[in-house]
Amino acid sequence: MSTVPQTDERIGLKHGAGGRAMRRLIEESFRSAFTFEPEIPAGVLGLSAMDDGAAIRVGDRWLVMTTDSHVIQPPFFPGGDIGRLAVCGTVNDLAMMGATEVLGLTCSVIIEEGFPRQDLERILASMRQACDEAHARILTGDTKVMGKGEIDKIVINTTGIGLTPFIIRDCTLSVGDRIIVTGTIGDHGMAIMATRHGLALDAPLESDVAPINGLVRAALAGDPRAITAMKDPTRGGLASALSEMATKSRVGILLDEAALPVKPETRGVSELVGIDPLMIANEGKAVMGVKAAFADSVLKALRAHPLGRDAAIIGTCTDERPGMIILDTGFGRRLIAEPEGEPLPRIC
Amino acid sequence: MCLGVPGRVTEVDEMTAVVDFWGVKRRVRLDLCDEPVQPGDYVLNHVGFAIRRIPAEDVQTTLELYEQLLRENTGQGPEDLMAADVRAEIEAGRS
Amino acid sequence: MTANPLEFRDPQRARELTEALERAVAAIGRNPVSVMHVCGSHEQAIARFGLRATLPRALNVIMGPGCPVCITDMPEIDEGVALALQGVRIATYGDMIRVPGSAGSLADARAAGAKVDVVYSVAQAADLARETTEEIVFFGTGFETTAVATAAILLNDPPPNFSVLSAHKFIPPVMEIVSEMPDTRVEGFLAAGHAATITGSGIFEAFVARHHIPVVVAGFEPLDILAALLRLTEMIRDGQAEVSNMFPRCVTREGNRNAQEQLWKVFKPIGGRWRGIAHIPNGNLRLRDEYAHVDARKRFTIDVNALWHRSPSSLVRQCICGNIMAGIASPSDCPLFGRECVPEAPVGACMVSSEGTCKIWHQYGGVPDLRAPAPIEGCLRCVPAEPAPVPAPRVDGGVA
Repeated sequence: MSTVPQTDERIGLKHGAGGRAMRRLIEESFRSAFTFEPEIPAGVLGLSAMDDGAAIRVGDRWLVMTTDSHVIQPPFFPGGDIGRLAVCGTVNDLAMMGATEVLGLTCSVIIEEGFPRQDLERILASMRQACDEAHARILTGDTKVMGKGEIDKIVINTTGIGLTPFIIRDCTLSVGDRIIVTGTIGDHGMAIMATRHGLALDAPLESDVAPINGLVRAALAGDPRAITAMKDPTRGGLASALSEMATKSRVGILLDEAALPVKPETRGVSELVGIDPLMIANEGKAVMGVKAAFADSVLKALRAHPLGRDAAIIGTCTDERPGMIILDTGFGRRLIAEPEGEPLPRIC
Repeated sequence: MCLGVPGRVTEVDEMTAVVDFWGVKRRVRLDLCDEPVQPGDYVLNHVGFAIRRIPAEDVQTTLELYEQLLRENTGQGPEDLMAADVRAEIEAGRS
Repeated sequence: MTANPLEFRDPQRARELTEALERAVAAIGRNPVSVMHVCGSHEQAIARFGLRATLPRALNVIMGPGCPVCITDMPEIDEGVALALQGVRIATYGDMIRVPGSAGSLADARAAGAKVDVVYSVAQAADLARETTEEIVFFGTGFETTAVATAAILLNDPPPNFSVLSAHKFIPPVMEIVSEMPDTRVEGFLAAGHAATITGSGIFEAFVARHHIPVVVAGFEPLDILAALLRLTEMIRDGQAEVSNMFPRCVTREGNRNAQEQLWKVFKPIGGRWRGIAHIPNGNLRLRDEYAHVDARKRFTIDVNALWHRSPSSLVRQCICGNIMAGIASPSDCPLFGRECVPEAPVGACMVSSEGTCKIWHQYGGVPDLRAPAPIEGCLRCVPAEPAPVPAPRVDGGVA
């Protein structure tokens, strides 16, 4: 029988912010609680890998599964809503493992008493729209209601499954691989931050939330072995995703700041609040390691797709400083640290 | 909100101005500005207040300041960049 | 979308300035040549643009006590925390809520049920007060650049339920103190460009006359900083002690009179301790007696004794933030850095603020030698294989 660890620590907001604190919570608590003895049989990629999803070998293919809960506030934001996010988040996690054809999704909602039925209808319609874009279907789900004040408006959990002949990991970068990002960075997080903190901007800052399984399929259409590793830079941004990939792969990554695609509006807000777009969540982008010889052709395939117009080669994997991201600023270089949680605005 | 960020004024009313920060517009207060501003002016914004009207001609002044400094230091102007680069490479090779 | 003409980031120009800086430092002959800046935003800019990876190895650019969050003393934090725990609603800038006092931070108070709001501007705090009937206390931190904003709000009909707990600071006196420290090797100062926008460059003339140490007022663009460092090393090389204004687009000799009048109408400078350093004469800004009606220290009875039943952790005694802020030690000298003292569990203020030396070192990897050892095969542009083409000058004077 497993013993329960003793601690009087309390869970803080940082533990859900996608950065170092959350990773340590998962490693220290979840992973150790769910480690199996004996070892999981070969053919199962599970919790210890801490990848975007799990994968189980079925015949000559892999069954990929992933789950996500969505608690975003506010539920409706420029460019999307919690429903769209719920569908896209899960579809994209499957795609990051290589499963671009979605077998099916589940949809579980927990709704606060008093939540307007009209808002629920809007959210469901939005989920349907996102499913259509992703060629995915919601096949089953669950509905719960909690009393007023017991939960904040609405929480949605989606689980997805897909089949793929081969899985793509996030720990398999090699020295010499190029790093490609499929579009502009920081848009989702900045749009949410602007809305949530009432930054009263006139500029249209919209979330990039979108299903990118079609985009990834386009990138894989050439030679699927061209893509050596892939991840979606959600909470913690590109910095977090690359940091994880570099550490797991034991390579260093050298990034070219001038090559990073950033929308002017996103850059403008980030300058104003003093937060780096590299640290900010994206919900319609992927970052991938690509074999150098294939970088140009993968880039071309991405840019031919409507969601990949701003794709760019942004860096290279090196054997210098494994696990670390170095950013060439054009004036010098600096290390990009793994973000530790929800960024705060600077003060003077 | 920030910390010494320059922007361009697009609208002015008595106490405030709308400032374009190259991608983002924000209303800032004018109580602390050193001079009256009008649309088209540049201002330095700090925690929601304009603290300086940046004269447009000072952009060129700033660039000239760098050039003058370089000229004094190397004894040559920016036209002679190639020589400066070569010299620096030779020096770097020696050290 | 037009380019921002107020960005001065031409990499070619940066290379030229860096090469000239290399020559100037070599001509001085000493190693290291130590200069100090006293502005958190300068450190942020230096770190963000990775400038230390290209500065001459013999040039030591020290971050002095210029991070206002870091130098806010524990008793001042305690006043805010005590007030919050007494049930008063506090509004403050984001960084401040995580700074540890002797018995926790404002964030800890919030977790224990106190009402603490993060605001981007003092104006936002005043607006908050207009929207509610409860008392709002703005915990004001930051140097003169930020203090003027607090002054402007107090001079403009603040709501009756609004008051200010001032922990604002005034930067010029600290240059004196650092210059008089026994171990100091600082040969020149970069003065904070934004603060000087308010106070004027003339304010440093007395200091320079007394100490014969050159001061260069610097902006925050990469070229501003490189050019300012070049000017400073030239003056050190030539034995010149002057105030040089390298940020003329924002700074004049007299400064912003309008802002100065408002600042000194509301605030008076008094001596006080800066966290971990020393008593800084005229370093603290407090509300004048005429503004007692909006002074939180007069409106409320702040009971800090209630906090002090918890003795400070033993770690606090090992904290060397004071020496780090004074430029005498660096984070790598601290036994706690990166071990017991990390961003998610800070012991000292240097690890809390986004402009704190230790935080920046931890976030950006300190001052590792990131110079490329050799051009990396296939690397995009990290090391220029040949000189970059000269950008054609633009007719409107902008940077190409």
